[in-house]
Amino acid sequence: MATDTVRRAARERANASGPAPAGRKRSPYPSWFYLPAAIVYAVLFLVPTVTSFYFSLTRWSIFDSQFIGFDNYVTFFREPALVSGLWHTVVYAVVTSGLKVVLGLGLAVLLTSQIVGRGYLRSVVFFPVLVSTIGVGLTFTILLDPEEGLINESLALIGIQGPGWLTDPSYALMSVALVDVWKGVGLATLIYIAGIVSIPQEYFEAARVDGATAWQNFVKIVLPLARPATFTVILLSLIGGLRSFDLIWAMTRGGPGFTSDVIASVIYKQYQAGFYGLSTAGNVVLFLLVTAIIFPLSRYLNSKEVDL
Amino acid sequence: MTRRHIALAVLSAATLALGACSAGDLGSSDDEGGGKVTLSFLADNQPETVKMAEGLAKDFTAKNPDITITVETRPQGTEGDNIVKTRLSTGDMTDMFMYNSGSLMQALAPQKNLTPVDDFAGQLDDNFKKSVGSDGKIYGVPFGNYMAGAMLYNKDVYDKNGLKVPATWDEFMANNAKLKAAGVDPVIQTYGETWTSQLFILGDYHNVEAASPGWADQYTKNQAKYATTPAAKAGFDHLQQVHDAGYVNKDFASAKLTDGLTKLAKGQGAQYPILSAMVSQLIADNPGSENKIGLFAIPGADAAKNGLTVWAPNGLYIPASTTGAKLDAAKKFLGFVAGPEGCESLGRATQPTGPYAVTGCKLPDSVPQAVKDMQTYIDKQGASSLALEFLSPVKGPALEQICVEVGSGIRKADAAAELYDEDVKKQAQQLGLEGW
Repeated sequence: MATDTVRRAARERANASGPAPAGRKRSPYPSWFYLPAAIVYAVLFLVPTVTSFYFSLTRWSIFDSQFIGFDNYVTFFREPALVSGLWHTVVYAVVTSGLKVVLGLGLAVLLTSQIVGRGYLRSVVFFPVLVSTIGVGLTFTILLDPEEGLINESLALIGIQGPGWLTDPSYALMSVALVDVWKGVGLATLIYIAGIVSIPQEYFEAARVDGATAWQNFVKIVLPLARPATFTVILLSLIGGLRSFDLIWAMTRGGPGFTSDVIASVIYKQYQAGFYGLSTAGNVVLFLLVTAIIFPLSRYLNSKEVDL
Repeated sequence: MTRRHIALAVLSAATLALGACSAGDLGSSDDEGGGKVTLSFLADNQPETVKMAEGLAKDFTAKNPDITITVETRPQGTEGDNIVKTRLSTGDMTDMFMYNSGSLMQALAPQKNLTPVDDFAGQLDDNFKKSVGSDGKIYGVPFGNYMAGAMLYNKDVYDKNGLKVPATWDEFMANNAKLKAAGVDPVIQTYGETWTSQLFILGDYHNVEAASPGWADQYTKNQAKYATTPAAKAGFDHLQQVHDAGYVNKDFASAKLTDGLTKLAKGQGAQYPILSAMVSQLIADNPGSENKIGLFAIPGADAAKNGLTVWAPNGLYIPASTTGAKLDAAKKFLGFVAGPEGCESLGRATQPTGPYAVTGCKLPDSVPQAVKDMQTYIDKQGASSLALEFLSPVKGPALEQICVEVGSGIRKADAAAELYDEDVKKQAQQLGLEGW
């Protein structure tokens, strides 16, 4: 019932804005105004992107390069560390993105309700976003130390023997993912707060007249109408998760062994070792992977958007 | 912001000053020079290295007042490698520079980028010449001392438990069993710094070479593999055995080098496979332990063939871009460093932690016990060999992670050796070696 109201209202609003203008109006500015930006974009982005496709097919050093066809890709996909890195990347991206959506939405609902110290709590939640990632990584590395870390010492007080969060192969990746969520959930919350605040009050008033409970309000009004915010959060955090590197590098360097290696840290290590061709190939794979996941997802999510 | 302003002010002042004198002063400055040369010298920024470089520069200028040397520093590790390679390939290198010897030096394409310094060959020890040589020429002189990849052990703990230095792996494991029963951690491992995990493999190379002479050459030619040579795979097996038997310290996964050294000095752990140069840090952190810490070679299968694996000192090189009067002055400096005066100067700058690679240089009597133990191996014929990285350019970058996996029980030794062979292949292909 409430959804119907919402849908109708949405349709009416869309109609009220009038028919779309018939043709694109000619811009008063000449096209060559694009030129400076286009040159910068081409030199700093397009040219390196295209050349990287070529160099991924070579074995190159600072001194010379040798064309070797698809050998780099073959090596890349035969390498167990690289394949597990690919899998870790996806797990990491999905876990961080999912948790950010759930926790961000929960916090946003809490922080848009009438609670004491709302402004203060909002800044507390947002604060980790402002801190340097490396700083966060190093701090948590110390906190999560299995022997002398604050977290395990606190657990010991209540009689729990905490695991080696970053040194036990079965926990390392998830521990880093949780720290990533701690650091990134503030941004998700902020986006959700903006999304929830922009829902017109009439819906809530209408729902109150209909006698809706708080839960119904949430499920039938907030959830559907905050959908653009959800999409933004999913997209941003998924892209961020797929390319994540700095936090992982600061906390575990992909270790112990290769158990928390993601594709970006694998690429970095190849580069460090001087396997420039191989790391270029890795970057192309990362580029294609991000595109292959994000592009259709973004198309799908955009097609689902509703007007307020 | 203010910093930027200051920098800007300095820059503009400097430009003005340059502009003011450049026009007429060219001739006179040449006259005044009278053969005075200033050489720039690039070294890494490790405190010990800087002390050594500045000590050498000072002592050299005291003897040769016409030549002054300014020391510049660069980061260590991979970032430093990139700086050195980039500056060499752009012809922008300092007049002299310090860099690793062995496989890393070979990666600089010495024939193209460095000046050969064969004049000093007579003053240098054979092992060092091998590690800075290419196509029958030598390209550098030693900057520092030899070090060993070996087992440091606490002599007090050994005495208390009535143990003697093991010459075979079985003796070593028997010692470990006794140590464990006595409540001491037999073997210290510190995977908080991953490079420290590799010593069971890298420090075992003398034993590999003793079991199958010429292994390094076959390995470079892709004819010998870690996984298929039992002597070579033994290093991985040892690492796994030590972990499986529970002989390592409890916090091995997170402990760092400093923790390991302190554990050893305090006798909480009995043995620590590590580079002998770390002795200086151990003594600095734990005063009074100079004579408590001894050293023995990583034990192998055969007591008669057991010996020490040594790492050659870093080298001091002249890039091909240094010419004319500067080249002559730089060669003079290298001659100084490769002579007895150079050794004395180095010894004054820092505590030497291993033998010199210059003939005729002796270690002072005051060196720590571990260094004396190391000297015994080196003085004995056939009881030491260079580490693999000085005999073959092939070293896989992932060895430390693989060792951490084996030492933590994540991967078995067999699988690890195979994985490392794959890792090594990438390096060989990148270098464009034959047969890969």
